[in-house]
Amino acid sequence: MADKAKIRARAADLRAGFEAAGATVAETSVLQPAEVLLDLYGEDIRGRAYVTSDALLGEQMLRPDFTVPVVQMHMAEGAEPARYTYSGEVFRRQEDDSSRANEYTQVGYEVFDRQNPAAADAEVFTLVRDAVAHLNLRAATGDIGLLAAAVAGLETTERRKAALARHLWRPRRFRALLDRFAKPTPSDSHRAKLAASSDPFAEAGPMIGLRGADEIEARIAAIKEDTTAEPISAVQVDLIDELLNVRETLPYALDRLRDIAVDMPAISGAVTRLEHRIRALSERGVDVEALEFEASYGRTSMEYYDGFVFGFYSDQRGDLPAVASGGRYDALTRVLGQGNEIPAVGGVIRPEVVLQLEGAV
Amino acid sequence: MTIKLGVPSKGRLMEKTFDWFGARGISLARTGSDREYAGKVDGIEGVELVLLSAGEIPRELSAGRIHLGVTGTDLVREKLGMWEQQVKELAPLGFGGADLILAVPACWVDVETLDDLDAVAAAFRKTHGFRLRIATKYHRLVREFLRDAGVADYQLVDSQGATEGTIKNLTAEAVADITSTGETLRANHLKILSDGLMLKSQATLFKSRKAPVDDGEKAILTRLIEQLGIES
Repeated sequence: MADKAKIRARAADLRAGFEAAGATVAETSVLQPAEVLLDLYGEDIRGRAYVTSDALLGEQMLRPDFTVPVVQMHMAEGAEPARYTYSGEVFRRQEDDSSRANEYTQVGYEVFDRQNPAAADAEVFTLVRDAVAHLNLRAATGDIGLLAAAVAGLETTERRKAALARHLWRPRRFRALLDRFAKPTPSDSHRAKLAASSDPFAEAGPMIGLRGADEIEARIAAIKEDTTAEPISAVQVDLIDELLNVRETLPYALDRLRDIAVDMPAISGAVTRLEHRIRALSERGVDVEALEFEASYGRTSMEYYDGFVFGFYSDQRGDLPAVASGGRYDALTRVLGQGNEIPAVGGVIRPEVVLQLEGAV
Repeated sequence: MTIKLGVPSKGRLMEKTFDWFGARGISLARTGSDREYAGKVDGIEGVELVLLSAGEIPRELSAGRIHLGVTGTDLVREKLGMWEQQVKELAPLGFGGADLILAVPACWVDVETLDDLDAVAAAFRKTHGFRLRIATKYHRLVREFLRDAGVADYQLVDSQGATEGTIKNLTAEAVADITSTGETLRANHLKILSDGLMLKSQATLFKSRKAPVDDGEKAILTRLIEQLGIES
């Protein structure tokens, strides 16, 4: 296919640009051990990635992205700070939409740097922006860290906060939990009945399976604690909603968030980080006055971004996927680092989409 | 110039299918010895009977190698991505009814809903170091159902038979399987989650959207559908 050659050449150009910015070229295998990715993303990834198997190595996955293997490589042997670039194919199953590509190229840039996260965010954003600047794209930005901080600051039990934090990336589940926690437990609910029961195991039948009676008892104790917990106040729920509804250009968004932080001081740190990021972006020549910020942006993407998130879209070609996207994933380095961690941020460009917009394919 | 009709090759599903067509004036029958998978059709010209495993009928419909086929809605939805674009439901046949459900041990007195299951999955992973296992052969349907419900920290383990036994054998913590009466579940000390019904399935006559038809075949199809008294 002639297109493949064009895509490869365009990808090489883009990668050369990232190399010129100081990145080392990283190479990763197409086949990745499935276990790591499954533990990270959960079973959902099977619907999005190709899984194959091998009698000796077990389940293998065709790499659905570069970030995970690049993080693993860095955590195992990388010197700090580090900047990597890569280009190659990723594979995504498209079970529900045959018009979307199941194999496409990504050119990426990843920064592992402890010194100045705001500057690293701005560095990745501007490098990606500059590479696609001629395409007249709309930039979207967000920050998952704000919602995470808001949840951590709720006046409720640690268990409820943990349950909400676990579902930051599943907006519907998050909403259902928040609604439930905002009301007293109805006395006729199965949880209330269980909590009130003097002999919860009366009709349990024989104990079977790996989950033991001690685990069931521990959960009953947790349910008892939960049914007596004070509901999360309407004020706090409203503040979360207000936070999620922030959708302005950056300076206005910052104002709104500062207002919210007055009543919800837990997000102050995250708001300060946003402020530093705005300054860093501005120093790199980004017109922050015109840059859109959406607090709920990036919540339904893969669940490793936990801070700054961004994407570039073509308004003229709404049928095309994001031309570029990226974000901060500090927690991912903690999960894959086996005791080590390092702040990290990165972004990818899709050369196929760039070429389509350039009218070359 | 024939219309190929795929029908399950054995058991109750085959007999009930034969009865259903018979009641509408089209007699289907197996021919030759008990072991030979050949059949004949009386009561209409130009229709050929193809005996197949019920599990293979979705694939044959989607490949366009048969024009019509009788199989369970569960199998079509599990095996065909974007199934509506590949096959069309012509008529539910009123038998072979079964529910795809999610069940956990009855001794899990703390679990009644998907919400509970999700909370237990998080705790289970912390305690045991691996994700809670759900045994099933309906991987796609279960995954989609749990994704929509926002359940996390589980894994699907493949089980092609005796799925209800996997919990006692310690190879799974929960099961997702087809049940018609719930008898096997109860006998294995399992209970269905109150919001754990994923799909109500029954034997259904499907038409392939992929099988090529010429004018003659189109006429046969129209005649057949008319004789069966169903909407096309």
